[in-house]
Amino acid sequence: MAHAATHDHHDDHHGAPKNFFVRWCMSTNHKDIGTLYLVFSLLMFFIGGSFAMVIRAELFKPGLQLVQPYFFNEMTTMHALVMIFGAVMPAFVGLGNWMIPLMVGAPDMALPRMNNLSFWILPFAFALLLSTLFLPGGGPAGGWTMYPPLSLQGSSTAYVVFAVHLMGISSIMGAINIIATILNMRAPGMDLLKMPVFVWSWLITAFLLIAVMPVLAGAVTMLLTDKYFGTNFFNAAGGGDPILFQHIFWFFGHPEVYIMILPAFGLVSEIIPTFARKPIFGYKAMVFAIASIAFLSFIVWAHHMFAVGLPLGGEIFFMYATMLIAVPTGVKVFNWVSTMWGGSMTFETPMLFAIAFVILFTIGGFSGLMLALAPADFQYHDTYFVVAHFHYVLVTGAIFAIIAATYYWLPKWTGHMYSEMWGKIHFWNSVIWVNVLFFPQHFLGLAGMPRRIPDYNVAFANFNMISSIGGFLFGASQLIFLGVIIHALWFSKKKAADRVWEGAKGLEWTVPSPAPHHTFDVPPVIHDHELAHGHVED
Amino acid sequence: MTSGGIRPGSTKRVVAACALIALAMFGGVAMANPQPGQLNMTRGSSTWSPVPYFLNNVALGVCVVIGILVFGAMFIAMFRFRKSRGAVAEKWSHNTTLEIIWTTIPVIILIVLAYLATGGLRTFSDTTGSLMTVKVTGYQWKWRYDYVDYQGKAIDKVGFMSKLDRESDETRQLNSGLDPNAVKVDGVNTYLINVDEPLVVPVGVKIRFVITAGDVIHSWWVPALGWKMDAIPGIVNAAWTNITEPGVYRGQCAELCGQDHGFMPIVVKALPKEEFEKWLADKEAQAKQPAPAAPAAASTAATPSTAQIAPDAPVAQGHQG
Repeated sequence: MAHAATHDHHDDHHGAPKNFFVRWCMSTNHKDIGTLYLVFSLLMFFIGGSFAMVIRAELFKPGLQLVQPYFFNEMTTMHALVMIFGAVMPAFVGLGNWMIPLMVGAPDMALPRMNNLSFWILPFAFALLLSTLFLPGGGPAGGWTMYPPLSLQGSSTAYVVFAVHLMGISSIMGAINIIATILNMRAPGMDLLKMPVFVWSWLITAFLLIAVMPVLAGAVTMLLTDKYFGTNFFNAAGGGDPILFQHIFWFFGHPEVYIMILPAFGLVSEIIPTFARKPIFGYKAMVFAIASIAFLSFIVWAHHMFAVGLPLGGEIFFMYATMLIAVPTGVKVFNWVSTMWGGSMTFETPMLFAIAFVILFTIGGFSGLMLALAPADFQYHDTYFVVAHFHYVLVTGAIFAIIAATYYWLPKWTGHMYSEMWGKIHFWNSVIWVNVLFFPQHFLGLAGMPRRIPDYNVAFANFNMISSIGGFLFGASQLIFLGVIIHALWFSKKKAADRVWEGAKGLEWTVPSPAPHHTFDVPPVIHDHELAHGHVED
Repeated sequence: MTSGGIRPGSTKRVVAACALIALAMFGGVAMANPQPGQLNMTRGSSTWSPVPYFLNNVALGVCVVIGILVFGAMFIAMFRFRKSRGAVAEKWSHNTTLEIIWTTIPVIILIVLAYLATGGLRTFSDTTGSLMTVKVTGYQWKWRYDYVDYQGKAIDKVGFMSKLDRESDETRQLNSGLDPNAVKVDGVNTYLINVDEPLVVPVGVKIRFVITAGDVIHSWWVPALGWKMDAIPGIVNAAWTNITEPGVYRGQCAELCGQDHGFMPIVVKALPKEEFEKWLADKEAQAKQPAPAAPAAASTAATPSTAQIAPDAPVAQGHQG
């Protein structure tokens, strides 16, 4: 593109500000804010991970060795809250911020000042949440689901509720921004059905966010008034219903788990075609599958509640609706496999993580199907089987996709190639240890070990020890990731080409590496052969 | 009207056929307690518990077969279509026939699974025809059992608290220096899964449980019975079991209920009918005697709300452990 070549001679307001504070704290630039989100989420990933290390260390062998049970509960609760709201969601928002304008040919996000606000709320929200660990009475210890009446026994309710409100506000603003960008800022010729799958996945996710974050806000506000203002929403003695909270919470909570996986579907749908050198199989089916999964996610919330004593009709409805999700999810997996079939594959680090995603996420999907069967769920529910299930979909699903995307676009962000050898070392360590970590947890759950317990019968000792060893080594492997990123940022000598990967298609590869501070002064012209998914006409 | 169990006839044959594959991989012996190295769910020891066990095995079998096909195709693709072997990318990106096939086949599989699961749900939700009722109440962090009726006759004042046994409780303290492996009853390690006073029930009788809680949400779970049911303050849930073999069946609270959530075991002792009836008669006789040695204050100290929920709480005293 001609404008890219002349970029260095642009006016000041198109280059990055030299002042550190002005550049990073006052930024309205989608790339800088995307970077802020990604750095923040990496920090939270390590903080949340350190909580997980405490959990795995305590569970290393039977008997309490390190922490008191109450602190253990604080760790499980905080691990979940930090990983969900601090690591996975901001990472997706960061990737969306960085890549969506580049992918649709927009110069920036539609609402850049709001973009700054939606990021800067987060550090304050998490400072508030994490500060509860150092306050008298301790942090939240009632699980991330915050079920009353237990969650009302803690003394940190107000802090946690305020922090959750802030996170919700941030997410809603981020989602509005993404919808506005995708619907209004596309370059001429970038029809909706020519957008990359990642953009589609974020568009749909953003609608989910706007739909359900207010529901969570309502639920936690009711908790707050129950605790401090004498209401009885969830207090049976006052005419309330403890189950009401669970219905409201999971009406948020189930779409939330898809908020944490749909963008990952999009990311993998970008990466696999690139390294298979073949357009994504069934583009329209992929988009339609994401939309159906999003729709279904709204009508399956009570499958988290099969054991609360639902009426038979309720159990049957939620079981059938949940099982139905296997169909569009299956279509996506089959399409990824078909994209690889007949391709010309190479196995750089992003591709390795994407392939691991497809296999391991599918294993998480299998256990999800098993959990959907209500009579069997009476046994699985609230055991380590569930822990294994959602860690397969969230760690080897969401987080592997985020890591794959980081390797995929790191050269575009930094202008330098990362170290392929260390990337592969990171991959093999991650993929081996994550399975050592989570696979035995299926057995623990089936044998009868409840989740969220700090200590257990000696029958569970062997698999817990294996799981803990896997946990420590998986945790340590992520330090390699940190090293690779730092190396690529400041030490790598190898310059990245504009089109970093041979088979990469899409607008983001037409701009220089690193992507200039300001892109697309002139809207790019869309050529069909430039699209990530080839022609959709046939 | 039935005593439960998996639906007879065709269902059972389908289940059994599919389950064989899974059984071949994982042993299916009925187990009262978790075993070291246990790989699969317990078959359990009640008339209904085979339902989740078979569903689990069938679903696992289906998943393994699909997994082998899908991952197999992936690995073949990864080896055949690599650039280093000179593979040239093909151009196609669509195949309607294929897409129709891989949408309909999963739907058919799901319909079969849904059919099996629905049958299991229907038998589970049917608590009619039970000959005994036990009220289970969860407290932080112990269980209260009240015997309501047996064989159509109301039971008078038989009820007690059941909490973690003293040996486990001492061993589980932070840095107690005691060895969890040393906690044994009859040669079985019972660390954290033993109580001071178990729930005693008869074998071969359909027992209805009414389950509630006094403070926060708990969940009553004995894997050998095949289900768990949340104990929720203000709500009374119902479930049932019909235990087939005498034995001691152990479980734990399965809903996060505070700091001692991990120390809230459940022990069900299933006795042959005659022995149970003798036990019940003894308990009733005990309850009828005035209890001079036990002032009411001793029992209410544990949970003040006990008196509200269960007016006959004084029976609980005399086993502080």
